[in-house]
Amino acid sequence: MSKVSMVLNGKAVSADVEDRTLLVSFIREVRQLTGTHVGCDTSQCGACVVHVDGRAVKSCTMLAAQADGAEVLTIEGLASNGTLHPIQAAFREHHGLQCGFCTPGMILSALDMINRHGAGNLDEKTIRHELEGNICRCTGYHNIVKAIKAASDQMAGMAQAAE
Amino acid sequence: MYETTYHRAGSVADAVRMIADAEDGKFLGGGQTLLPTMKQRLAAPSDLVDVTKIPEMKGIREEGGQIVIGAATPHAEVAASDLVKSRLPGLATLAGGIGDPAVRHMGTIGGSIANNDPAADYPAALVGLGATVTTSKRTFSAEDFFIGMFDTALDDDEIVISVSFPAAEKSAYAKYPNPASRYAMAGVFVARHSDGSVRVAVTGAGHYGVFRVDGMEEALASNWSPDAVAGIHVDSGGMLHDVHGSAHYRANLVTVMAKRAVAAAG
Repeated sequence: MSKVSMVLNGKAVSADVEDRTLLVSFIREVRQLTGTHVGCDTSQCGACVVHVDGRAVKSCTMLAAQADGAEVLTIEGLASNGTLHPIQAAFREHHGLQCGFCTPGMILSALDMINRHGAGNLDEKTIRHELEGNICRCTGYHNIVKAIKAASDQMAGMAQAAE
Repeated sequence: MYETTYHRAGSVADAVRMIADAEDGKFLGGGQTLLPTMKQRLAAPSDLVDVTKIPEMKGIREEGGQIVIGAATPHAEVAASDLVKSRLPGLATLAGGIGDPAVRHMGTIGGSIANNDPAADYPAALVGLGATVTTSKRTFSAEDFFIGMFDTALDDDEIVISVSFPAAEKSAYAKYPNPASRYAMAGVFVARHSDGSVRVAVTGAGHYGVFRVDGMEEALASNWSPDAVAGIHVDSGGMLHDVHGSAHYRANLVTVMAKRAVAAAG
């Protein structure tokens, strides 16, 4: 057992857990935040994607202990005061989900790619390539790609308006 | 996953001591191979020594004409590095094609080469560029470092600290990824150095991991063009043969990927 501490969605948390505890188990079972999903459990599907220190990672393939001292962001940390994050709103607007199982990972991967490429700098080809590690079995991806493009463009507009 | 004890090393000396104290310890890089293996209970180390927070094992720098990459540097950082992109574009391409974005944020060059998966990408770059591997005990040429499938010259208590790549005049990497796993079915790294020497290194296809193709190197040294390698085929005898592809298929892929790599290098 070790004490693992992190800032989870802006809130300092800590718990004594077995060293073999996966980050996704810490999030779902210890912290009861079940928006992060476990799909394949073999780092293929991306349903478990969260951000650790600002970078998208597969939380089923990381120990909670590796994230000790880190800032972790999950799907629950995106909306603020009941207002959906622009990426969440775009997924709803563009019907970027059907069953919704992959959606939390898709949205966290989308935020990661927008952060890295810069809002407004994503084209369809880049988005499709960047989604290599996220599997959706419902939508055929078209509307997910549309939603991410729309969110990226909208966030660029918001950044411009803020300047 | 069986029980294990996690340790975070602050220095190389720290890590070596932690491994020495462990009953059956393993070094942990980004964990993108080791953790899935432990989850499947194919590995059950008593202790994990995380080496990714060791300052001297991080970052990318230029030193005496070489590009030196710390062993704990994740693939995403190598792929995004302006230094790597300008001096060794083939290496940047290779790093940016490992796994997927989330995997590239965690997986490290040191972890990848210490594991020496026969389908991993990095071994092709190390051998193709004639890199040097610096460990906690000594230095190796890339060819002496990779011994065979999942086997390297490392001792159990030896840590890879950095990899030094000589700058090349031209470099490129082309791979045919398995559609499901994204691991290379065949990946070919080509490099031409300023003295005119050429290296062609293949990963993913061979039984014993990375290997060089002498015939292609000679052909490219006198004529740097995709046509020069189009008629050169590797012997299918030493190729992997499994559900994903026959030995003949992989042997053919090597020629196709070599042509693509040379074309990409320009």
